[in-house]
Amino acid sequence: MQMSGTRTIAADQATVWAAILDPEVLKACIPGCQEISGSADEGFEATVVQKVGPVKATFKGAVEVSDRVEPESLTISGEGKGGAAGFAKGGANVTMTAVEGGTELSYEVEAKVGGKLAQLGSRIIDGFAKKMADQFFEKFQITVEGPEEAEQTGEDSTDGGEEKKGWFGRLRG
Amino acid sequence: MPKDNGIGAAPKRREDLRFLTGKGRYTDDINIAGQAHAYFLRSDVAHGTINSIDTAAAAGMDGVVSILTAADFEAAGGIPCGWCVTDRHGQPMKEPKHPILAEGKVRHVGDPIAMIIADTLEQARDAAEAINVDITELPAVVDMSTALDAGATKVHDEFDDNLCYDWTFGSDDAAVEEAFSKAAHITTLELVNNRLVANPMEPRVAVGDYTSHNDESTLYTTSQNPHVIRLLMGAFVLGIPEHKLRVVAPDVGGGFGAKIYHYAEEAACTLAAKLCGRPVKWTSSRSEAFMSDAHGRDHITKMELALDADNNFIGIRTDTLANMGAYLSTFAPSIPTYLHGTLMAGNYKTPVVQVNVKSIFTTTVPVDAYRGAGRPEATFQLERIVDMAARELGVSPIDLRNQNFISKDMFPYATPVAVEYDTGDYHATLAKGADLADVAGFDARAAASAANGKLRGLGVAHFIEACGIAPSALVGQLGARAGLYESATVRVNATGGLVVMTGSHSHGQGHETTFPQVVAEMIGIDESMVEIVHGDTANTPMGMGTYGSRSLAVGGSAIVRATEKIINKAKKIAAHLMEAAEGDIELKDGTFSVAGTDKSIAWGDVALTAYVPHNYPLEDLEPGLEETAFYDPANFTYPAGAYICEVEVDPDTGKVDVLNFTAADDFGNVVNPMIVAGQVHGGIVQGIGQALLENCSYDENGQLLSASFMDYTMPRADDIPFMTVDHSCVTPCTHNPLGVKGCGEAGAIGSPPAVVNAVLDALHRGGHNVPHIDMPLTPSRVWSAMNG
Repeated sequence: MQMSGTRTIAADQATVWAAILDPEVLKACIPGCQEISGSADEGFEATVVQKVGPVKATFKGAVEVSDRVEPESLTISGEGKGGAAGFAKGGANVTMTAVEGGTELSYEVEAKVGGKLAQLGSRIIDGFAKKMADQFFEKFQITVEGPEEAEQTGEDSTDGGEEKKGWFGRLRG
Repeated sequence: MPKDNGIGAAPKRREDLRFLTGKGRYTDDINIAGQAHAYFLRSDVAHGTINSIDTAAAAGMDGVVSILTAADFEAAGGIPCGWCVTDRHGQPMKEPKHPILAEGKVRHVGDPIAMIIADTLEQARDAAEAINVDITELPAVVDMSTALDAGATKVHDEFDDNLCYDWTFGSDDAAVEEAFSKAAHITTLELVNNRLVANPMEPRVAVGDYTSHNDESTLYTTSQNPHVIRLLMGAFVLGIPEHKLRVVAPDVGGGFGAKIYHYAEEAACTLAAKLCGRPVKWTSSRSEAFMSDAHGRDHITKMELALDADNNFIGIRTDTLANMGAYLSTFAPSIPTYLHGTLMAGNYKTPVVQVNVKSIFTTTVPVDAYRGAGRPEATFQLERIVDMAARELGVSPIDLRNQNFISKDMFPYATPVAVEYDTGDYHATLAKGADLADVAGFDARAAASAANGKLRGLGVAHFIEACGIAPSALVGQLGARAGLYESATVRVNATGGLVVMTGSHSHGQGHETTFPQVVAEMIGIDESMVEIVHGDTANTPMGMGTYGSRSLAVGGSAIVRATEKIINKAKKIAAHLMEAAEGDIELKDGTFSVAGTDKSIAWGDVALTAYVPHNYPLEDLEPGLEETAFYDPANFTYPAGAYICEVEVDPDTGKVDVLNFTAADDFGNVVNPMIVAGQVHGGIVQGIGQALLENCSYDENGQLLSASFMDYTMPRADDIPFMTVDHSCVTPCTHNPLGVKGCGEAGAIGSPPAVVNAVLDALHRGGHNVPHIDMPLTPSRVWSAMNG
């Protein structure tokens, strides 16, 4: 599956760039991340616990950062093995553009799953991947900006987690 | 008054008592002291090179007995293929090695890589997670239409391409070109016959056992043909002579073809039991079944039908791509060829028929026979294109069929595709079906549906199939590597009861009920005096098992022959006891009498004399009363029938409801009409499943997307209408002693085109000119077709 999104972060390009290469930031932002080690230069090793439909698994895998054009763009790719649950792999092309009020972060994400995840979760995998990406970039925004600003800009995002609120809001409005 | 005993009676299935009360003894019910449990680590990628398999950490885990990989099977052979197809150039098909565990490469999701044996299944599964398999993923080969392109990724590196064989059959090119050049009308149909998963209720199970005191291996397995498994596994895979190998297939909960084949897990459990010195059991999970049981169908076909100006069929040409999957399953190459091409004439007197098939390797689960096996694919094409031609020409599909049917005075009828039909009366079955389905009253029902905002449609199909597999000499010429006779031993016990040991196998067909009816009829005794034994190579004669609707036509005929031998010998004993000439002895109602006298002797007295030979003609006869017969059929049997389906389509959603289904079959003579009706019911349900619901789906990376009942839609009770099933049209088979034809697959063969024709008829009546929709006709596909 493929998806894309954009959000504006109230921080300059250099700050956003540094944050996205920081393992502590990544650990805070990758949904279900238990552990991350390594560096952007050498690659990260990550452990992520996630539940896709009926399949819950601990994914262990490598995350690489490549195609780095500081401070404008980079590619994050990774593959996680979930044992009996199968595997998930994917990549995101991320661009950071200076705009008024901060940095516009655009991302194109591609994700693939295999094994039991594909067999049991194929119907829900698109929604799941979108949720994962949205959660990542939302947390990233919060982490970079600090929580107060995030609440104000959250409504503008294409966030799946926020979709419920928007839908609820429309119903009441 | 209907008969209550013997041929034609409808006793309730005696095996159902144990099945319905939970007393069946299935393979998974077998637990042997000291048994360990096996779990197979399977590939989760479709295609890749295995760089390394690190089992060190797993081997040290709690409860782990042994971990086997391909290296442990180096001395074993690959899993053999039972049929070699010769291509259009006279060359044998490409036949890749099918290793028990993946060697060097994995070729489909589910390909077994390692076998983990532990004290408990949980321990085996935990250990499997600790095995580190390093695989470099290769591109998947999923789409048959591009698998033969130059430069396409190869499933088997040792071959030039992914083509297993390019086969042609029937009329030659010149005849086909002449027929099509003379045509007044040509109808062309391109279609996909959807890939299916058999999904028997009981998943596959294997228990291997080895006893060192006699160096004997035993495999308990969910098989339709234990003798075939013993032969293939013993002679070709593990090198165990047959007298040191016993294969038992006890109660088996459905097969539908998927349990014919010799599977890797059977050989692995048998060998592992010997290596570990412990019995080893493997039970498939449902998810595992989806990625390791052979799949069915999966053809892409282009078909052309040429008609003359009077709407006579003058030529048929088909081109099919058939998916073999990653390896050749036991009978896979024969399905799109000799079980498909030979049926392409259908019920019609078309003089020119040519069938072309390219079979293709892909990185998917192997594809082999599934209920009907090749004949449903042939019937679907033919009965769809006849309907399509009728629509294009503006004639009634029933009239067009009747006009082109082989008429009953034309039998035996040799088709342009090698087979010779012995009997049939297709006009009679179609008329019977149309009558039972009240085709005449359809317009009124359609109007009533229209008033409710629904589109009602009527679909007709008429099938023929070749079953009662098979004349050994013929199939041998066509590439079969086995004989396809059947065997029976009839043992009369001293007190008169009989045990019939058959080489065929029952996994739902009801042999334990039907076969006694045959023997009881011949001797004139009660069915309850006859017991059927099957499923164990240790106590049945070498037989070929059950598939291809062969059990009664071939296995039943062997029982008839053995029983005839019994009766002949019993008459000799009776003649001696009554001091009469053997030729004067008559057997009626279980009593031997001397013609023209009042002398008689009971069946039981003759049986007792055979085993207590105090007064016995020892100089002329051996004691005992036990006979074996092997029966090899002279031809296939050719059941045929009219299948008529009525549906309603909801124009707002595309949802199809099947309202009525009628089947008027000619199965020749019928032994147990209740069991025949049940066989047809089950076949129709599976046919409706294929037509409307079931689809095995892979993504472009070769990931199996439909591997549970959440995504693979099996038919449920509310998808199925009440069915009218008739088999009163009878043209007895001319070449077997019972005059019977196979009935086990008919329902699954005849029903899919009837359903699809009905849906397209409904759409047409609703003003939607939709020439074809590929199965399954899900609401989304139907709605999309209606809405452009």
